[in-house]
Amino acid sequence: MLSSAQLQEFANNYGIPLWGLDASIALVLAVAVFCLCGLGVVVLVYMERKIAADFQIRYGPLHVGWHGSLQLVADILKLITKEDVFPKKADPWIFRLAPAIVFLAAFVGLLVMPIGPGLVVQDLNVGLIYVLAIPSIGIAGLIMAGFGSYNKYAMMGSLRAAAQMVSYEIPRALSVIGVVMIAGSAKLSAIVGAQGIWHIILQPLGFMVFLVSTLAELNRTPFDLPDTEAELVAGFSMEYSGMRFAFFFFGEYIALMAASALTVVLFLGGWHGPGPEFLAPVWFLIKTFGVIFLAMWIRWTLPRFRIDQVMDLGWKVLLPLALLNILITGIVMLII
Amino acid sequence: MVSEIIYFSMFTGVGISIVVILLGLARLLTTKKPSEAKLDVYECGVVGVTGDPRIQIKMRYYIFGLLLIIFDVEMIFMFPWAVVFKSLGLFAFIEMLIFIAILLLGLLYAWRKGVLKWV
Repeated sequence: MLSSAQLQEFANNYGIPLWGLDASIALVLAVAVFCLCGLGVVVLVYMERKIAADFQIRYGPLHVGWHGSLQLVADILKLITKEDVFPKKADPWIFRLAPAIVFLAAFVGLLVMPIGPGLVVQDLNVGLIYVLAIPSIGIAGLIMAGFGSYNKYAMMGSLRAAAQMVSYEIPRALSVIGVVMIAGSAKLSAIVGAQGIWHIILQPLGFMVFLVSTLAELNRTPFDLPDTEAELVAGFSMEYSGMRFAFFFFGEYIALMAASALTVVLFLGGWHGPGPEFLAPVWFLIKTFGVIFLAMWIRWTLPRFRIDQVMDLGWKVLLPLALLNILITGIVMLII
Repeated sequence: MVSEIIYFSMFTGVGISIVVILLGLARLLTTKKPSEAKLDVYECGVVGVTGDPRIQIKMRYYIFGLLLIIFDVEMIFMFPWAVVFKSLGLFAFIEMLIFIAILLLGLLYAWRKGVLKWV
């Protein structure tokens, strides 16, 4: 790796302006991050299908490649060659923009995720607010998908998605305030650096609230009311087919990955682990996949809630608990 | 600061171009055979039962939206407070206690009024 001083000297020697240097490095990194999360999504989908199959005592994908490991490649080929159906009453602009927004919000949110010491694209000092705020723009994409489809089921699904994600955003953001208080910074790498003792031990209540509201934010069972297959067919994404549908899918799994990585960064010690320095990203990956496995485990074990139960849990249980957590953290920090 | 903005816009740009490239590729590879039934509203096989989806939206959604704005602003206020909490100590703690108490009172009022009930 070149240090930034060497890079600047190189730029000066060849007359490249500094912003040009920044932009070209950013381009390379953005493409690299996209390739990584594409690979991640392939692994996650295979993992999810195999785990679901295991939990329901069946085999799952088995025929394409070794134990069905190439199933997703076949699926991608299918999705990319599938007809892109455009319902005749759908709103042309809103309908076409929605999947792009869902995907973009999830992808751009990865900008600040630190996967190892110094291994972060851009370490913003408002990193935590950024990583909570940007993926939330995806809600707009969901509402647009429901509204643009001209379909009542899709509309209902997107309204539910909006109500649910909007409600759980508050306990989710309030539960991490305790972590910020302890670390004294909203920079993600500084939060990892502050975890000599993992924050899950110092902030058990905050961790519980964060985990539950993260599951709700990701629209995963037991909070998958926006796309209940049985009653709303598939919710907001039902009129989509082919590549546009694939972008919803893609965005959803990137969001799952990012949320699990954020859980690891905030509560599970980030890249810390035994062994030498270069193992840090490996530890980070292991922990992230542990959290992803937990999310999948919950998804295939629990039935889903009713909508009023979901809203009650968010406003009447998690929000007071998150505020209580801040109070307790403040008192304990004042005493110590 | 400038470099952060460059990185952010580059990420957005790459994201947009990925969407454009993949959708363009899909457009080249797919065939379009529209038919009357295919382009109709998809309702699980039953046609035209649910009617116009541009319905009046339930009042609840609006009220929850209002509550969200109140608490989102509170949350944004709390982040800078949490960052400097260690150095400010008791003074900041009591200040925030009053701030949260006022908002909590608002939440309790909404709760008592039955706003949080989903009917």
